Amino acid sequence: MKTNFRALWLLAKENYKLYLAALLCTVATVTIGFMTPLIFSETIDVVLSNGPSSMPAWAKAPVLALGGREFLRQNYWIIPLVLIAINILNGFLSYYKEICTTRAGETVAKTLRDRIYRQLTYLPFAYHVRAETGDLIQRSTSDVETIRRFLSSQVIEAFRAIIMAVIAFTILFGRNVELAFYSMILIPVMFIASYTFFTINTKNFKKTDESEGKMSAVLQENLTGVRVVRAFGMQQSEVEKFDTVSSDFRQKAFKQMKYLTAYWTSMDGVTMLQIMITLIACIFKAVKGEITVGTLIVFTSYISMLLYPLRQLGRILSEAGKSLVALGRITEIMDEKAEGKEAGEVTPLLNGDIVFDHVSFGYEDGTKILDDFCMTIPTGKTVALLGNTGSGKSTIVHLLQRLFAPDTGTITIGGVDIQTIDRAYLRSHVGLMLQEPFLYGRTVMGNLAIAAPKKSEPEIFEMSRVAHADGFIREFENGYETIIGERGVTLSGGQRQRVAIARTLLKENNILVFDDSLSAVDMQTDRAIRDELKTNRGGVTTIIISHRINTLAEADRIFVLENGKLTAEGTHKELTGRAGLYQQIFAIQSALEDDLNKSRDAVAKEESKCKDTKK
Amino acid sequence: MQGHQEVDFSKKLDLSLWKRLYHIAKPFHKNMLLLMIANALLAGTDVIFPRLTGYAIDTFIVNSTSEGIGGFIAIYLGMVVLQVGCIGVFLLLASKIEIGISYLIRKLGFQKLQELPFSYYDRMPVGFLLSRLTTDTQRLADTLGWTVLDLMWGFFYLIFCSVQMLFLNWRLAIMVLLVVPPLAFISVFFQRRILKAHRETRKTHSKITGAFNEGIMGAKTTKTLACEEENIEEFTELTASMRKSAVRASSLSALFLSIVVSVGSIATAYALYKGGLDVMALPAGLTLGALQVFITYSMQLFDPIKEIARTLAEMQNAQAAGERVLSLLATEADIEDTPEVVEIFGDNFHPKKENWPELHGDIVFEDVSFQYKDGEKVLDHFSLTVKAGESIALVGETGSGKSTIINLICRFYEPTSGRILIDGVDYKERSLLWLQSHLGYVLQQPHMFSGTIRENICYGRPEATDEEVVRAAKLANAHDFISKLTIGYDTEVGEGGSLLSSGEKQLVSFARAILVDPALFILDEATSSVDTHSEALIQQAITGILEGRTSFMVAHRLSTVRQADRILVISDGKIIEEGNHDQLIVKQGYYYDLYTGQFEDEQGQAVLSSVMA
Repeated sequence: MKTNFRALWLLAKENYKLYLAALLCTVATVTIGFMTPLIFSETIDVVLSNGPSSMPAWAKAPVLALGGREFLRQNYWIIPLVLIAINILNGFLSYYKEICTTRAGETVAKTLRDRIYRQLTYLPFAYHVRAETGDLIQRSTSDVETIRRFLSSQVIEAFRAIIMAVIAFTILFGRNVELAFYSMILIPVMFIASYTFFTINTKNFKKTDESEGKMSAVLQENLTGVRVVRAFGMQQSEVEKFDTVSSDFRQKAFKQMKYLTAYWTSMDGVTMLQIMITLIACIFKAVKGEITVGTLIVFTSYISMLLYPLRQLGRILSEAGKSLVALGRITEIMDEKAEGKEAGEVTPLLNGDIVFDHVSFGYEDGTKILDDFCMTIPTGKTVALLGNTGSGKSTIVHLLQRLFAPDTGTITIGGVDIQTIDRAYLRSHVGLMLQEPFLYGRTVMGNLAIAAPKKSEPEIFEMSRVAHADGFIREFENGYETIIGERGVTLSGGQRQRVAIARTLLKENNILVFDDSLSAVDMQTDRAIRDELKTNRGGVTTIIISHRINTLAEADRIFVLENGKLTAEGTHKELTGRAGLYQQIFAIQSALEDDLNKSRDAVAKEESKCKDTKK
Repeated sequence: MQGHQEVDFSKKLDLSLWKRLYHIAKPFHKNMLLLMIANALLAGTDVIFPRLTGYAIDTFIVNSTSEGIGGFIAIYLGMVVLQVGCIGVFLLLASKIEIGISYLIRKLGFQKLQELPFSYYDRMPVGFLLSRLTTDTQRLADTLGWTVLDLMWGFFYLIFCSVQMLFLNWRLAIMVLLVVPPLAFISVFFQRRILKAHRETRKTHSKITGAFNEGIMGAKTTKTLACEEENIEEFTELTASMRKSAVRASSLSALFLSIVVSVGSIATAYALYKGGLDVMALPAGLTLGALQVFITYSMQLFDPIKEIARTLAEMQNAQAAGERVLSLLATEADIEDTPEVVEIFGDNFHPKKENWPELHGDIVFEDVSFQYKDGEKVLDHFSLTVKAGESIALVGETGSGKSTIINLICRFYEPTSGRILIDGVDYKERSLLWLQSHLGYVLQQPHMFSGTIRENICYGRPEATDEEVVRAAKLANAHDFISKLTIGYDTEVGEGGSLLSSGEKQLVSFARAILVDPALFILDEATSSVDTHSEALIQQAITGILEGRTSFMVAHRLSTVRQADRILVISDGKIIEEGNHDQLIVKQGYYYDLYTGQFEDEQGQAVLSSVMA
């Protein structure tokens, strides 16, 4: 908790100038707002009733200099004019106060959001592999929102309430100590009651929220599963199911409203009682001549102005607890170590051989992925990786982009250890295409240009053509300006892969890596894309993970991996001659021939049978 | 789906819409009347309090006597009790109306959604339908419960206040009330703009949520592309525009308040001036207490005006939501049983199962044409005869019409022309529920309902016994994995089945289909998103399940397809190849190409996952 407080404080401190300005404006508006009842008071007591003034000497001096009461009676118009002037001034100040406070709050929110987003973006790959996305999204949206509300509106509201109370009671105690005490007699009750109510009832509110969540879930399941519902003819039972959760929500919501009603009404009751106590006490004092009518007006107006903000104070305090919890959850993310530039990182030309030298790698939970793995990929060549599920072939290419770091051993490109190469530089020159690429929710053009903002349109069209994406993109109504994702067109797996390939090809790659990134593309298109690449690649080292025999056969060199170890290496010709995984894959082609022949035989048999019976 | 935009602000107040809503809210009319009375009483007490203070000044203080103060205290206390009572009553009534109406609309809407045809679902993304019954309904109910309440309070208060002032001193009152029209004008001018600005802020806010979503989901890809800075920069622009629009919205409200306070102070100043002169005059034209009352009223006059302007703006805002909800409730289902059919077989909610004939499974497409609402023609004079017990596989590219054939068989759609006969009778002469109760339907993306595995298997037959459930699970090859779970069939599947793998979900959905013992089995690409191990299990199960039932499968995996009695290759709504697997292989046409292409992929994957780790 203590560190959370500190974090909150630091965040606010960075924007102390904005908060200070907001605070000053608040003090000014509150002060001026309190002047209107004072004017009424003086007017009624002194000008209209010829009673004593309740103002301090310094405030009376200028009026006395003009001629005091008689002057004001003669020139009575001055008072309403002053009233209007004060209200206009108040208007101006409130306007500035509002802008200052919003700016302060929103700036803190912006800082917070920007920082979290940056942190999330730079958290290591391993973090994102482990992370639960739902939880992360929850933290970065609703938790941030809780903190924002606290820092932007609640803190400022609390300040205002406190400032108001301090100024009002200074004036009231100055007028009549006894009455001032009467006027605050119920305030502690209100404060404690509202704090307790909101602290205790958080649980009830949560129950209502959960019930609403359940109702939405049933609704959503019904809508997404509409085919199943209809196909099983379960409409009636669905209606009943929905009615159960919907009734439950109705009941919980109404129960919550009952609590709130009880709270609001009793608070209103206490508020009005407090006003009544003040008024009656004032009347008694005024009847005895101890205070003036003006003082009565000052007391009753100040108390009415004060009570509502003070009531809110209890609630704000109870919400502060929530903000601290939210902040704790966010601090957890911020405390994770993110990737960053390290001293002495180099940016060499990445055109030498790629060498994996006794590399071992395992995940934090102890599973070993690569074990003393060695491999040399000659520069400018095309190599293929074949491996079983979980063999570590994806890890190998991930290591190449420094998405992970090897536990032992080194990976070098042209003799330079990649752990010493600047991450951003390395990643922008090693084009890695994932099997399930993510496309951003923007236009096709925006997706293509994201990693290469300097490319011209014709270049982008050309690379889309190479990746066989240009054709289907142009078939969309808006072509390259079509928005993809949730808010737009949904692409098929193969289409996504092709857009991702075009996107990577647009970068300045020295090394290209296909991590099974044509798996959803049909054979013919796969072949066509590879042919295009051959003519366009121009000496770029290429690593392809695939199990398609044609792809493998065309590689200059093939590496076969089994369970984290290199079990075979060689050309297509060499490997087909050796027993092993590669041969098994190769055997599929002849298996297909066998399978087809079986069909042919079966049909032939069938036909001859027909002929026989005809004979 | 593109260009589907939500309109969220109506230009004008549409009274007929509110009238229709008022009609829907009929069960709450009594509550509304009571609410109105509580409201009027509340506004009445609000207006009385300043007069009590004024009375106290004139009676006790000016005369320096406390005689009768006991009675005064009693009356004051009485008013406090009355007001607190009114507040309590109107809070309860308003929330009752709000919560009750939203419950009612949800119920009607949900029922409607169970009847609407798939063509409606095709046009409406699920997200939009969801928001009809959640946010839209909520906003509408809020408006009917609370906004209308505030509106009435504003009017009552304004009227009572004016009457009181006119009663006290009509000349002064008229002058003070002169400030009402300009205040009203300013309020109406600003309130709509303020609401719009807030809406803009909310929109930007949801964009930020979206950006976080994308940033997290796409984090890995962003890294491989090394485009972190571009994304961060874009995000920063978004948060900057958020700050800007938030500041704009609040400065607009602040400007409004400042102007209104300044303009309103003219009325107060006038009351103070003219009233003060009257007090000073000999004989006094106004008592001190009355002056205090005038000043208080003139300062509070602005509250009801602001409330009225705000509620009107909010009603405009809620109107769009109201239109959407009402249009859902008013949509006519275009696939419906005729009254004659309902007469004999019952409707979706009250079936007369005793009259249902048995379903054998002979299916005939008789010159069927079909086109979607948007005009796209999918089937053109299509004919097909399927004998009971036959298994049919449909193969073809996306958009070839194979899914449409399935949808027509399930009567999710009806033919635009031509007939579909089941057991020799046009299926429109039988009830929808009759057909759909005889279907076993398994989807490509298996759909799970939250609950236990058992509940999911029992979905189509909640009354099934445990033995029947286990038998179905065994037939679907699902029993093995289920019994390995610590609490077996009582394991929760999680929301959307998230706690099961997609293969396991598929096995459960097979068991679900088997349990209803359907005469007609539909496999809609049921094996394409499943790992090789589960696929083998499913494969094995399918062979047994389809035995003796008419079945249709649309499949990607050709290992499934090859088992069918008859394979139809569909292209542009026509059958271009027809026969069993062997025959089509020999033909060396479209199917042959498809098969040979996929053979390698399927087998390759099988080999790679068979290496023991």
